[in-house]
Amino acid sequence: MSRRPGFVLEVDKSTPSTLFWNGEGFVLEALPEGSRVVYAPEPVKALEDPYGAIRHALLHPVGDRDPLPALLRPGMKLTICFDDVSLPLPPMASPDIRQMVIETVLDMAAEAGVDDVVLVAALALHRRMTEEELRHALGDRVYDAFAPHGLLTQHDAEDPDNLVHLGQTDQGEDVEINKRAATSDLLVYVNINLVSMDGGHKSVATGLASYRSLRHHHNPSTMRHSRSFMDQPSSELHSSNWRMGRLIADSGVEVFQIETTLNNDTFPTNFAFLQKREWEWSLRDRTTYAATSTALAKVPPRLSRQILHSIRSPHALTSVQAGEVEAVHALTTANVWTQQGVDVEGQTDILTMGLPYICPYNVNSIMNPILVACLGLGYFFNMYRGRPLVREGGVVIMRHPTRPEFHPGHHPSYIDFYEQVLTQTVDPTEMHKQFEESFATDPWYVHLYRTGHAYHGVHPFYMWYWCAHALAHVGRVIVVGGNPAAVRRLGFSPASSLDDALEIASDIVGPSPTLTHVHNPPILMADVH
Amino acid sequence: MPIERDLRGKRFFVTGATGFLGTALVERIVRQVPEAEVTVLIRPGRRADPGARLAREVIKNDCFDRLRDELGDRFDEEVGRRVRAVAGDVGHDGLGLDEDGRAALADADVVIHSAATVSFDAPLTQAVEINLLGPSRVAAAMAANGSKGHLIAVSTAYVASTHQGEAKEELLSENPFTLDVPWEDEVSSARRLRDDLQAESRRPDRLAGFAKKARGEIGAAGDHLVATRSEKLREEWVSEELVKAGTARALSLGWPDAYPFTKALGERALVEQWAGTVPITLVRPSIIESALAEPRPGWIRGFRMAEPIIVSFARGLLAEFPGVPEGIVDVIPVDLVVAAILAVAARGPESGRPEVYQVASGVRNPLRYGRLVELATGFFQRNPLYDDRGQPISVPEWSFPGRGRVQRQLRRADSVMTFVEKVITALPIRGRQAQLAARIEDRHALAKRALGYVELYGAYTETDARYRVDNLLALADGCDAADRAQFPFDPAAIDWDSYVLEIHLPSVLEHTRVRTKPGRSVVDKRPERQRRAILSPDRHLAVFDLEHTLMSSNVVDTYAWLASRHLGPARRARFVADLVRQGPALLALDRRDRGDFLRSFYRRFENAPLDRLREDSWELFHRQLLTRSFPDGLARVRAHRALGHRTLLITGALDFIIEPIRPLFDDIVCAEMEQRDGRLTGHLTTLPPIGEARAILLADYASSHSLSLEESVAYADSASDLAMLEAVGFPVAVNPESRLSAIARRRGWHVEHWAKAEGGSHRPLPLGPFDVTSPKAVLGR
Repeated sequence: MSRRPGFVLEVDKSTPSTLFWNGEGFVLEALPEGSRVVYAPEPVKALEDPYGAIRHALLHPVGDRDPLPALLRPGMKLTICFDDVSLPLPPMASPDIRQMVIETVLDMAAEAGVDDVVLVAALALHRRMTEEELRHALGDRVYDAFAPHGLLTQHDAEDPDNLVHLGQTDQGEDVEINKRAATSDLLVYVNINLVSMDGGHKSVATGLASYRSLRHHHNPSTMRHSRSFMDQPSSELHSSNWRMGRLIADSGVEVFQIETTLNNDTFPTNFAFLQKREWEWSLRDRTTYAATSTALAKVPPRLSRQILHSIRSPHALTSVQAGEVEAVHALTTANVWTQQGVDVEGQTDILTMGLPYICPYNVNSIMNPILVACLGLGYFFNMYRGRPLVREGGVVIMRHPTRPEFHPGHHPSYIDFYEQVLTQTVDPTEMHKQFEESFATDPWYVHLYRTGHAYHGVHPFYMWYWCAHALAHVGRVIVVGGNPAAVRRLGFSPASSLDDALEIASDIVGPSPTLTHVHNPPILMADVH
Repeated sequence: MPIERDLRGKRFFVTGATGFLGTALVERIVRQVPEAEVTVLIRPGRRADPGARLAREVIKNDCFDRLRDELGDRFDEEVGRRVRAVAGDVGHDGLGLDEDGRAALADADVVIHSAATVSFDAPLTQAVEINLLGPSRVAAAMAANGSKGHLIAVSTAYVASTHQGEAKEELLSENPFTLDVPWEDEVSSARRLRDDLQAESRRPDRLAGFAKKARGEIGAAGDHLVATRSEKLREEWVSEELVKAGTARALSLGWPDAYPFTKALGERALVEQWAGTVPITLVRPSIIESALAEPRPGWIRGFRMAEPIIVSFARGLLAEFPGVPEGIVDVIPVDLVVAAILAVAARGPESGRPEVYQVASGVRNPLRYGRLVELATGFFQRNPLYDDRGQPISVPEWSFPGRGRVQRQLRRADSVMTFVEKVITALPIRGRQAQLAARIEDRHALAKRALGYVELYGAYTETDARYRVDNLLALADGCDAADRAQFPFDPAAIDWDSYVLEIHLPSVLEHTRVRTKPGRSVVDKRPERQRRAILSPDRHLAVFDLEHTLMSSNVVDTYAWLASRHLGPARRARFVADLVRQGPALLALDRRDRGDFLRSFYRRFENAPLDRLREDSWELFHRQLLTRSFPDGLARVRAHRALGHRTLLITGALDFIIEPIRPLFDDIVCAEMEQRDGRLTGHLTTLPPIGEARAILLADYASSHSLSLEESVAYADSASDLAMLEAVGFPVAVNPESRLSAIARRRGWHVEHWAKAEGGSHRPLPLGPFDVTSPKAVLGR
């Protein structure tokens, strides 16, 4: 059976209510007649023999690269870097794609007699992964072989002894990355490419970089000029990473890039209704929807969070390509578009979205208000190519409980950011000037980042910068069902229902606006003509 | 008889100048009697000599504002020249005068003795020493120093008892209604009683009782603090017993309390011993209240008898007050009393028998109790006080019940609240919940106070004695028109309605911290101010307790986490069951003595491999402790550091457990455990830094770093940290448990409510995560 492409539905009298994520739960909302709902294409068929496909990719690299075995020799220094816990979402059912790829790479390395091998989790300024998370990503065999000997490491952007400054790009951007990786004879990077922003030179130039290097592209100006992040030629973030990546390559760092794409089969059978089109729900879908949404609403947020975070996604491998970074990434990006691209005619006055319980920065953690803003305005808003789905000066309506809850171990600087920065300003440029430095260099945050499982002190700023483009573009952001105090703290307007939100929006977009809803899951990229 | 002329240039010697009447007297003399000089007898304070007390407690009082305005730049010079203080104490024979003081007394033309313990509930011995013996001592000192002066002894109209009927201006020996008790016997009995009570208070069972109560109030704060508190309780007990004894003795002789009783015996003692030797006049005012006109209408000093009752009434707290509506409340404005005394001084002593002047309003110009209540009710209906939500408070309607009924009601309320208070203090609550205890304590204090008012003052609203003022009126008749204008004292001049409504009640409100404006108050600014003071760059050191101050954890939690870290599921269940079973015993031991508790609990670490614990402790911190931390607290530590303050953590937790939090502070003092061959022995190397030891460690630390404790801030959550909190200039109670909450409130300490982040861990007994690979116990057997 061939898969169906993406679809734009026009809501009429007979359209059933539309599913919205609502944090640790979901609701059905009746959208006004004439609204559009954008659905993602159906899952791309999985590769039948993933191990075989991986092996094939490593033996048949693209771009100017020899097959991996030819790059391996006894006595060499090999470093294998991999994407961290922020990918994929939700975490995929075992075996994780990283485990499959790394096992294959290690087999080849063993055959070639390479014995100086170190694994590095490419954290950038993310939190260190826990033992359970590492075991899940790499599998017990790899973990037990490397971790006890200190050969499984996590990139430390604050370790002066393990960073090397490779130079500055022609735009004056410092390139400073993980020393072990940069000084290895070969750097193998194992990527998971969930959205088109991931991968390519960003893998090494961002994932293995220091604050000194990252601040050149993680800042309000770059973010505002990335329209969108997902649209590589129009993304300043992309350009900066590409300049850095090329400098890394020119410095003699041999990168063997392995990129993978997954299909959008995001939720297991129990939650299959989430990614179906509502008018095609079976009786079973309706029943499970009713049962799960009621149950999730009844239990305390702590428990519903626990239930949802234990979901393992059936994501399956749809492509794997290896070799030279840019050549690999061109193929990868095309594959991502195949899975996620949907053509949409024209912009809309109001863009609505339901925000789920998870984003790249709260795996096994809590989706705090800053992450809510980032997921809505940083991610969902930017899932476009060409023009934003919502017109300039339009309104974004998001649904999320937006409770002022934080994980004190994972997001300590977010708590202070929420209390000390957002109470003063919500303007990215202003906070960049006034507050970023003190958070970025606070020794306590550095300590927690380096020794615990905390995001770097500067990370909440980056999350806010992600929103910069949307904040500059839209006229108003309304959060339905959010904690009013928290929503106002973010500079948004709280509304108790979708109807209220539309009423509030009418101040800006008039009484009969156009409305477009991005249906999620699964995620999609809108190609707006 | 021009008073001004007769008194011009006279030398006055005044006792009790720091009191209400005394201050008014000194001011009036300086302002209205040209060239007169005043020597005031002042007891040297612990920190201030009499001169300083004179300046601070008398001259600085707003009583002198009028004179300050009139004299302008000349005020200091003029007052300095005419008023001086000598050291002395009416509680000592010979008044404890030095050479200078004796000379001043000998030279005085007029000696006005107005020093008294006016409190109706003074301990008997204090009342005896000052009220009973004071007047005679002054007379004796005058005689001994060859003074030829005129002694005017200020007494009280109530010496003539509170019985119904008329009380004439006559010596008590002539009054048929007062019992003739030998005052010498009362003095020696009171002194003996004090000695007996002192001995009684030291009996072992009593001492045990005080210690138990002290422990109940401040908990396991350390032996020294408990001892200090329990000694204070002992002294309070002696004092309370003496108060009870005074009231009982007074009642048995027909006086409502110890004040008029001792004053009456004081008159007798004075007259019996010194009449004939020293020229004496007795002036007996009734209840002295705010000024009618001099130095300004409404001037009052201190909170006197009626004011607390009026305010409690206006705040709706006194639902009932006993009294007879047609009874007379004998009130007299202070300036009338002052004028009467000066008129008496100007006239000079009678030869022979001492004269008595009663300065009272009841006969000449009576104010009925019913009318007073009516006026006050009307006043507060028009000018209501407001509660803390900004709503006007409606005043209760008094139905004038009998005293017994009101007392019974209030006593019942008192005992109920005592019980509730006890229960709440015993509950393991902290932070905002503990403030509930504070609120109940507040209500209780109010109820107790109401009961106190009724017991103390009830007699005065039920009295129907009428104090005749024939002598006073005769004195007034002898005054010329100028005197009457300058020194009026005829009570007929008082217009009660306007006095109550326009002078007295507004003055009372002005002196009370009550809300007289509607609307919600701006948020209490005090915490903000205190926080600014705490975070001033001038501070030197900020010292923090850890458990419940910066994070919600304790030694049992951390132990449970570490001990279960490598346990398999079955042993884990047994471990939890064991720990829960031991819970009550552990809790009890912790309450009794924190040091013993820690030492005994830490035995559990015996034989544990240190390296493993060190490693696990990092995990414990990041995965458990941090999720139970108070972000505001951690931010506060860093705020202190950013301001350049030194930061110090003092905790009873073990060194390896707090290792991950070390970078937050400049220094850490914690418990350390002995080790042998890489394993812990279960014994601490030093005494654990808890309780009083913290104060000592803190003092040592401050002095070795040349930091001033006065300029330091301490943060702690429990009364067991009292010593440390008391040691610094800026104590902060963080989420205080109920005992510390009560202490902090009483002492006005800053209180912070720091909470776990929403989303932090709430597990009651946190256990370590399962060990995926090889479960094996690290701790315990």
